[in-house]
Amino acid sequence: MSINLHDVEHVAKLARLLLTDEEKDRYTDQLNAILKYADKLNELNTDDVQPTTHVLPIRNVMREDEVRPSLDRERVMKNAPEEEDGQFRVPAVLE
Amino acid sequence: MPSTTFETVIGLEVHVELHTNSKIFCGCSTSFGAPPNTHTCPICLGHPGVLPVLNKQAVEYAMKAAMALNCEIADISKFDRKNYFYPDSPKAYQISQYDQPIGRNGWIDIEVDGKTKRITIDRLHLEEDAGKLTHMEGGFGSLVDFNRVGTPLVEIVSNPDIRSAQEAEAYMQKLRAIMQYCDVSDVKMEEGSLRCDVNISLRPVGQEEYGTKTELKNMNSFRGVVRGTEYEVERQTDILEDGGTIVQETRRWDESQGRTLSMRSKEEAHDYRYFPDPDLVTLYIDEEWKERVRATIPELPDARKARYASEFGLSNYDADVLTSSKKLADLLEESLNYTKDAKAVANWIMGDLLGYLNQNSKEIDDVLLNGQNLGEMIGLIEKGTISNKIAKTVFKEMLESGKAPQAIVEEKGLVQISDEGAIRGIVEKIVAANPQSVEDYRAGKERAIGFLVGQVMRETKGKANPTLVNELLVDVLKQA
Amino acid sequence: MTPLDYTLAELKQQLSARTLSATELTEAVFARIAATDGTVQAFLTLNEEQARAEARRYDDKYVQGEGIGALAGIPAGIKDNIITEGLRTTCASRFLDNFVPVHDAFVSRKLKEAGVITAGKLNMDEFAMGGSNENSAYQVTRNPWDVERVPGGSSGGSAAAVAAGQVPFSLGSDTGGSIRQPASYCGIVGLKPTYGLVSRFGLVAFASSLDQIGPLTRTVEDSALVLQAIAGHDAMDSTSANVDIPDYTAALQGDVRGLRIGVPKEYMGEGVDPKVKQAVLDALKTFESLGATWEEVSLPHTEYAVAAYYLLASSEASSNLSRFDGVRYGVRAENPDNLIDLYFKSRSEGFGSEVKRRIMLGTYALSSGYYDAYYLKAQKVRTLIKQDFDQAFQKYDLLIGPTAPTTAFKIGEQINNPLQMYMNDILTIPVSLAGVPAISVPCGMADGLPVGLQIIGKPFDESAVLRAAHLFEQATEHHKLRPQL
Repeated sequence: MSINLHDVEHVAKLARLLLTDEEKDRYTDQLNAILKYADKLNELNTDDVQPTTHVLPIRNVMREDEVRPSLDRERVMKNAPEEEDGQFRVPAVLE
Repeated sequence: MPSTTFETVIGLEVHVELHTNSKIFCGCSTSFGAPPNTHTCPICLGHPGVLPVLNKQAVEYAMKAAMALNCEIADISKFDRKNYFYPDSPKAYQISQYDQPIGRNGWIDIEVDGKTKRITIDRLHLEEDAGKLTHMEGGFGSLVDFNRVGTPLVEIVSNPDIRSAQEAEAYMQKLRAIMQYCDVSDVKMEEGSLRCDVNISLRPVGQEEYGTKTELKNMNSFRGVVRGTEYEVERQTDILEDGGTIVQETRRWDESQGRTLSMRSKEEAHDYRYFPDPDLVTLYIDEEWKERVRATIPELPDARKARYASEFGLSNYDADVLTSSKKLADLLEESLNYTKDAKAVANWIMGDLLGYLNQNSKEIDDVLLNGQNLGEMIGLIEKGTISNKIAKTVFKEMLESGKAPQAIVEEKGLVQISDEGAIRGIVEKIVAANPQSVEDYRAGKERAIGFLVGQVMRETKGKANPTLVNELLVDVLKQA
Repeated sequence: MTPLDYTLAELKQQLSARTLSATELTEAVFARIAATDGTVQAFLTLNEEQARAEARRYDDKYVQGEGIGALAGIPAGIKDNIITEGLRTTCASRFLDNFVPVHDAFVSRKLKEAGVITAGKLNMDEFAMGGSNENSAYQVTRNPWDVERVPGGSSGGSAAAVAAGQVPFSLGSDTGGSIRQPASYCGIVGLKPTYGLVSRFGLVAFASSLDQIGPLTRTVEDSALVLQAIAGHDAMDSTSANVDIPDYTAALQGDVRGLRIGVPKEYMGEGVDPKVKQAVLDALKTFESLGATWEEVSLPHTEYAVAAYYLLASSEASSNLSRFDGVRYGVRAENPDNLIDLYFKSRSEGFGSEVKRRIMLGTYALSSGYYDAYYLKAQKVRTLIKQDFDQAFQKYDLLIGPTAPTTAFKIGEQINNPLQMYMNDILTIPVSLAGVPAISVPCGMADGLPVGLQIIGKPFDESAVLRAAHLFEQATEHHKLRPQL
């Protein structure tokens, strides 16, 4: 499979990345090289192979339903780029 | 020209917030109404490097809810990431369940116009709620409060079995009742702990394949579900009858304008890129665990309804209304520890209680009535201590003050006058003062006696035993 | 001799005997950093004031003979993708230029409990993506053995700081080789523990199913000491293993007589520098002389590991890095037109080109229509790679090979060829996919540059890995070599 400029633009949009034309061309070439290399995986028949999400056989990790102290709001807001009335401010959502 | 008749096809995606103490993946409180961003921590704020740890109670509530909806419970379940950017989603992915939900293939029965219909449920999965976005006036921006983010939710997806707005409402009501009986959620639509998306399409009657659907997003009142759905059905019908085509899109119901509006379809098609969340491990749900959870499910609305009919002799309608809310049903049952007259209890609840709540726009939690007081009040009527009329005063006082009926009666001097001598004196006085009515009565106008009874009751401030008043009036009139 | 010529074990002893104070040691550390970091450029943020205050506190405790942590008064550097409360943590990204964490990572807390003093935060490839430190948004750390060359990566700052004698030890993180490869390039000891042995809580996620934190030290004994301080179950990390933690220093005792070593033939094949190969063969002779036996083994799916890794790691990364949106923290682009614009601009200005490339790759691999062909396929190949190791470990106690196919390359040499750069990790990636522990220890020099030997063990058998590495180190002189700066 190969990826074209249109795919690169679509993927960049999904990932919320703004690319220059130069970047689009470069990523198209580089991603193609990587994907071509990844086609190598198709040499392997994996029909009967289970996928691995976790290497460790850990299961059912849960915590009890106990309330723990939340963060002081001052600390919540410590790194906020823009704050108003104890809330995070963002530009208007484009309707 | 006879137009094509269309059939409405509706499927619902209902979100129910589970009322755990803490959030699904961190220890922050889930309580409603705190100042913005005071129930947050690095985990639910999606700070770099934090990790989720699953709340066991949330899993068990989801299992319980799924069981109550007659779902098959998964032996193996897992969590997936649903990727999308929006300011109310701090990680830019929602932890949800994609291909291995907790529950599958359930159903519930609803009743519309006296007919029972089964609505099948495709799946029930567990996920985290998003934060709250408030748009600033003048379009200058939005403010984000993350208190709600991470509240555990179950999403219940029905199959497209629903055929009308009324069925949609009945389905929501039933779902709400079941969640309430299971005690897994507050199910308050006005607080957002119960909300739904309605998928609506039309197809010519007899056609098998579905038409193009629109989705009404984030409906947060029963009234909205009914009106929004009705509007959308009408809108789609008009388009189709004019030979137009339906655009697949998301719409929202505008209550004030009384119509649905498109929520912009120019945004690119969503591609959520679901994949298993590597930060959470697989859930293995064995039979023992399932049985342990199953044992916590109480008697559900349908079972109670059947029992109310057979055990208490209530009508199907009464039983339906009373079991539609767990609180009403519990009130009925508690009252029956103090009186044997189920019919009377049902009448007081369905008449005076619901009337009062309706009139004052209140919820059952807002009044102080309990079953013992209601049962005892009915006992006082049975014993003749108070009349039915007086009881209405007592009942209202019970709702508002929570006092026991006996105390209210004594405090306000509302004990019924059953002393024959005392009443006879008053009756004689009234008869003497109203010669015209006496004449009318003699002339065969039976109605005149009603007027005289009213006069006696007025004189006694309603406390005279009405049966006795009637008897004595007839007696006095005969003698006069 | 300065305090920085001693190993951690020696420093620990001197501090206890009060022949050295924590203040003297801390001053030596900052003096050394001042003298060498203009060249090495390992540190992104220094924690001088706080470190000095803590050193004084530990000195008081030592004077009072109070019971204190196992590594009390010893300064260390921490890779800048590990969260440190109140201390700027950037992941070497412009996006987090101003980010000051409000809590500690599990390992940061564990180090504090052990009495370790944080000297500062170390450079890395942005968000741990890279193998040369050239992807740092701030600076290119230099290899202390040859400042024209890269230190390796992504934990390049962590490796260079230890190799340059700036700190007695550091913490790094390893996703596909990011501890072992720079340790190899810089001639020090780097350990990637079994996945799940050390909590990931507070490690800024690159690829969650692969990331592990581990120590970079001058000796194997030091590695054991640091591992002891940071290993253990954490209820805040669902993937943290609940296993008994042995005494790793005690585990160094013993011998390797009768030990069965497998040498994967795929790790000694084409593409591996002959001089690197020779150093490994020499090392195997040393093991023979110590009583171990070795033979060739095959890990047949090795050649597929890099492809599977880049698909899996990039996919996870594309999702993990979505939270960097400019809403709650980080650098927000100026004057965005609207919300969507805020996202696009903040992310495009905040991320460097390698990070963008991997986000693109991962987003594509997860997107509708490609998931099965790329992501799911890679997960299945991961299973096959893990099975290779399971099978090999039925016959062998340890697997040994080179850590990297070459020694450190020149700055700028591979920057325009991502695929070539990815191949530097060809011998460390399979180990990461299998989740097993591995250490890189110095095993010789090739043209004046260090060569690393990779010793791979069974899951949670860090003891065997450390013991073999320790005995090898005791039998050789490689670890005693120091770069001239």
